[in-house]
Amino acid sequence: MENRIRVLLLTAALGMTGCAWAPWRDAPAERPAPADDPPADSDPRSPAGSDENQVVIDPQVARRDVIPARIDTENWEAGVYVGSLSVEDFEVNVVYGLRLAYHINEDFFAEGIVGTSDAGLSSFERLSGSAPLLTDSERRFTYYNLGFGWNALPGEVFFGGKRALNSAIYLTLGAGGTRFAGGDRFTVTLGAGARVLVRDWLGVHLNIRDHVTEVDVLGRNKTAHNFEATLSLTAFF
Amino acid sequence: MRLLIACVLLLCTGAAISAERDALEVIVVDPYLELRTGPGRGYPIVQVVPRGETVRILKRRTDWFRIRDASGREGWVHRSQVAETLVPAGTRLEIEDPAREDFGAHRREVGVLLGNFGGANLITAYGAYAFNAHLSGELVLSHLLGSFSDGQIAAIGVSHVFRPDWRIQPFASIGTGLIRIEPKSTVAQSPARTDQLAYVGAGVRAYLARRFILRAEYKDYVVFTDRNENEEVNEWKIGFAFFF
Repeated sequence: MENRIRVLLLTAALGMTGCAWAPWRDAPAERPAPADDPPADSDPRSPAGSDENQVVIDPQVARRDVIPARIDTENWEAGVYVGSLSVEDFEVNVVYGLRLAYHINEDFFAEGIVGTSDAGLSSFERLSGSAPLLTDSERRFTYYNLGFGWNALPGEVFFGGKRALNSAIYLTLGAGGTRFAGGDRFTVTLGAGARVLVRDWLGVHLNIRDHVTEVDVLGRNKTAHNFEATLSLTAFF
Repeated sequence: MRLLIACVLLLCTGAAISAERDALEVIVVDPYLELRTGPGRGYPIVQVVPRGETVRILKRRTDWFRIRDASGREGWVHRSQVAETLVPAGTRLEIEDPAREDFGAHRREVGVLLGNFGGANLITAYGAYAFNAHLSGELVLSHLLGSFSDGQIAAIGVSHVFRPDWRIQPFASIGTGLIRIEPKSTVAQSPARTDQLAYVGAGVRAYLARRFILRAEYKDYVVFTDRNENEEVNEWKIGFAFFF
């Protein structure tokens, strides 16, 4: 093990040396500066050859500082959602959570969600009448998820005869963790959603998600599908 | 009560005026500016604004700009057309967008990676701050999700980028931190333990588009336990990050 630490320290020392030694850092300065005057032997009137190097007009105008335009960008979207979550074997319950998304371009966005729900009793607990399998705190189903979304079907929806609202149907894929039954579990989340923009900055989403996770509450390991349907309200900023 | 309403009204007007003042005015140079009903290439073009007219840029979403013309008509215009307009001073409108040249010269980087830590699933979030083009400090927070135990890692380290001018940049890293391992309650009733750890690592980060980076790395951890043997764990992960 001593060796391991020694290797670690040696690598650190090497790394630091590497930082100090960076020959390419000054490389641009070593390049020959472009010559201000054409070489003495070149004839300015010669039709071919050195035309590119010659300055016909040198206006001597100082370059104006360009101030980049300050435009209000709205690529972030934040909101809250509420709906129902079916925790496999543990009934369907109310779920609520927060959602934050960043729109990368018109097709893709990155999103993060956190949600929580209180799972109910399993059929086993209900029928057998035995002591509950989980305590109240273990019964709380809390998850977070980070992933990507694809606006598969952008479009418009019509509300009455005079209003057209922008909308999109999107698919999401993410990974995260779920805390349930006294442990954190790796979770993959597949989802589909429909977004309607009531205002330019205000969106209403209808989401269906499947939180796929491994559970071992009932004795053996199994893959559980926890389906969730939610309605969310989000604001772009 | 009346005072309150007056104050609210005043504030609203103030906000409205400032929003109007912030809106940028530009002159159309393309033969036509095409106004769409939504910020996407599939939305229909419902209005055009001819060359020479002045329009206001209200806001931007991804590559689309919401524009209002002199007669109050509004629509979404693509970045490529907005880039062809002139500001009143007569110069071309400069749209600030990160590009390939900014990658490597950036200061801050934030990302999320997925991977494997000694057989357990791993979700990592990290933030990095560059002291110079080569050397940056990073804060790494990881969540371990294994079959028999869960855990968290918090670590700080430094990473050294060998060629910040390349599109795909290899780097080496070294750092230290704490790991907390909690055995699953259904497996054993042993207590959670917290140990110190250190790592050396290597990886690459590659420029994707705009401000986005693909990052993949491998780390070799030594966990300093209070038993006779220290533990050695390998970790690999891949994910996305963005710089600013």
